[in-house]
Amino acid sequence: MGKYIKFFVVGIFFGIVLVKSEAVSWYRIFEMFKFQSFHMYGIIGTAVGTGIVLLLLSRANRVKTIEGSSLKVPLKERGFTRYIIGGTIFGLGWALAGACPGPMYILVGTGAFSILIVIAAALLGTYVYGLLKNKLPH
Amino acid sequence: MEYILQPWPWYVSGPLIALVMFVLLYFGRTFGMSSNLRTLCAIGGAGKRVEFFKFDWKNQRWNLVVVFGAIIGGFIAHHFLSNPINIDLNQTTIEDLKTLGFENAGQSLLPPELFSWDNVLNLKSLSILIIGGFLVGFGTRYAGGCTSGHAITGLSSLQIPSLIAVVGFFLGGLIMIHLIYPILF
Repeated sequence: MGKYIKFFVVGIFFGIVLVKSEAVSWYRIFEMFKFQSFHMYGIIGTAVGTGIVLLLLSRANRVKTIEGSSLKVPLKERGFTRYIIGGTIFGLGWALAGACPGPMYILVGTGAFSILIVIAAALLGTYVYGLLKNKLPH
Repeated sequence: MEYILQPWPWYVSGPLIALVMFVLLYFGRTFGMSSNLRTLCAIGGAGKRVEFFKFDWKNQRWNLVVVFGAIIGGFIAHHFLSNPINIDLNQTTIEDLKTLGFENAGQSLLPPELFSWDNVLNLKSLSILIIGGFLVGFGTRYAGGCTSGHAITGLSSLQIPSLIAVVGFFLGGLIMIHLIYPILF
């Protein structure tokens, strides 16, 4: 149980940040795709910028994880088709439901329980992908 | 405290999200929210029928704990750390939404036109939520990640596959909002 507490704390922090940043709001996603506000681009841009710096610094300083291995991001497989098609399908859903997976869970905490319908459908979508995986171009 | 109760500006929120990613890497894990959908399918027994879900989901319990924390974090932020103020949307966005039939844009996190229990029960809203969720779940596994895995983690580590996926995310989002929304609403 003890080893999970730190993940619980990270989760709480993540949930708070996404609510306070308004990134969990359907309206912010709509506004982003309309290019009518810098807000979401600012969030994603500074997140990526900070992430790049943190990863470069940790590599330069040979930072180790608490488990003793070197800190690095697992590499995604090379490819094109799965990323562009899968990504586009994801984007269609992201804009239609106004939420991506992280915010979906967090919205449950804010009391927006109808988002559970979206989560259930996302589980179904994941299941159907698993079912069709070998028939799809990757 | 007053600063915490206000909505947080992007230049505070963005770096804090990067911190979440980094701390998970420091713990020897990775930041990926949509993987939990696969784990939940596996827990539900999908591995008996489909190879893709046949893996030891117990190794993924830490990530479900992150999700559980995120739900609690959402509760705390919404109920104890927020002044009830409207989302400061662009005035044009509010007008655009009005033309599409969304009133009072920004006065809640989600539009009641789609998410209130009265409206959820009508066929149109229900279909939108179900199709939207389905596409997110299907697309994220197809692409091998979502906003956290590709847009934040993948771009931070300068990975080309993630860049392609993120281009896809925006391509899909723009098609939906600019081409499909005007037909739907």
